Amino acid sequence: MKLKKNLAISETGFVFDPSTGDSYTLNTTGLEIIQMLREGKNPEIITRKMTKTYDVDANTFERYYYDFIGMLKQMQLVAPDEE
Amino acid sequence: MEKKVFERPVIKKLSAGMPAKFGLQVRHEPVTQIDGVPIKTLMEEYGSPLFVYSEKKIRQTYKEACRAFSSRYPNVLFAWSYKTNYLNAVCNVFHQEGAWAEVVSGFEYQKALVNGVSGDQIIFNGPDKSKEELELAVQNRSLIHIDHFDELYDLIEIGENSNIKPKVAIRVNMDTGIYPAWDRFGFNYENGEAWDALHRIMHADNLELLGLHTHIGTYIMGTEPYKIAASKLAELAIGLSSKFDHQLQYIDIGGGFASKNTLKGVYYPGTDTAPSFEDYADAITSVLIKANFRHNKLPLLILETGRALIDDAGYLAGTVIATKRLANGQRATILDAGVNLLFTSFWYDHDIRPAKPMSDQTEETAFFGPLCMNIDVIRKNMMYPLLKKGDPYVIQRVGAYNNTQWLQFITLRPNVVMIDEKGETHLIRKKETLQTLNKMESVPDHLKI
Repeated sequence: MKLKKNLAISETGFVFDPSTGDSYTLNTTGLEIIQMLREGKNPEIITRKMTKTYDVDANTFERYYYDFIGMLKQMQLVAPDEE
Repeated sequence: MEKKVFERPVIKKLSAGMPAKFGLQVRHEPVTQIDGVPIKTLMEEYGSPLFVYSEKKIRQTYKEACRAFSSRYPNVLFAWSYKTNYLNAVCNVFHQEGAWAEVVSGFEYQKALVNGVSGDQIIFNGPDKSKEELELAVQNRSLIHIDHFDELYDLIEIGENSNIKPKVAIRVNMDTGIYPAWDRFGFNYENGEAWDALHRIMHADNLELLGLHTHIGTYIMGTEPYKIAASKLAELAIGLSSKFDHQLQYIDIGGGFASKNTLKGVYYPGTDTAPSFEDYADAITSVLIKANFRHNKLPLLILETGRALIDDAGYLAGTVIATKRLANGQRATILDAGVNLLFTSFWYDHDIRPAKPMSDQTEETAFFGPLCMNIDVIRKNMMYPLLKKGDPYVIQRVGAYNNTQWLQFITLRPNVVMIDEKGETHLIRKKETLQTLNKMESVPDHLKI
């Protein structure tokens, strides 16, 4: 899963998509995940890192991770060939 | 190192454009306890979902309503509307406070008797009263509010065959300027039917006409209709006095006062728009006091308000079953209580609160119940904190009608508890079990497997 290359992501959780002009906000966990996605980290690494930082087990995290990825797809923020 | 609290990841699209006039973010402050008892503790002990009543709140609200009326009018009586909530414990709080019982069926009548209400303190309303039920009510000297001529003639016959005169009033329906006007209960004022009924009663030797009753509608958001209703009943009462020299003992203005819930499709919340008891009291009593009743002959004013007295004291606590995304990307939150337990969600936008502190992050959410039915929608759209599976929630102001209209559909009805004034909890209705329902059924021998 890769994000669109030209997305602008601020450190405070704002996302700007120059191809559509739409802006988005992220919560803290959403921001951390999107930053790791941008760095090309795979789901296993993301899960490991998040379960280490947050009070959540891997199964629960996976559920919400894929839900979040679904939202990114719905908002067309992933690279077209990855959809 | 202590781990951070996990909030599920979320991304929200920002909508550019002019800010809405009323576009401030609504904060859903968590409700973590009821009368000092943590929601978590309640659900651990009694399960989820769970109805919770605050005895303290019931008594407070009742006293507030009484004060509003009795400070303006010399002779006021409240009768507890059983159909609004006939859990025995709830009824008995009202009876302890001094309310009579107002019932609309034989079943409710029996419930009031079993609760210890004296027969002469029961008001029997409604269109369905069997001959046997009427006979019992006559024997008990209850106040019978006649709904139609068939009932009137039943009562004349009962009176002829009994040594006790039935104590009666008629229910009057009328145009009070609200739409739709309720004209299916009682006798109509405008077309003269109410007078016809009064004439018939006055010419029957064996009926004792004590009062007049009306109930103009439900969730009446203004006070003007009550002024009109009080003035029309006062006119009938004064007419009876001058025509038959008959002094009525009471005028029963019924109920219909709005609670602070918000009706669907109404922009402003009910907490801001519902008239107060003071407003209703002012409207009704000012008309009665100004009417031409003889000196010292002001009739007793009876009120049967239900919803406004009990709604605030009832809570429904529960747990999030799941969250998912709908086809359009909108969040859907599935609760363990649906329209089966919350019948009022068909007409209210209920106030759903998280039962633990949440972050300020919100997303557009629909709340669904657990039923496998498309109509099981509690709220279609709210900006709401990010709930997860297992999170507790509380729905406020559910005391009216839900525990009388709840459905036993595909699942069982849950426990109901009451928190007393000392903060002690009491189970006031046990949750149903499969045996509760199965014991009412029987399977013919040839169908047993």
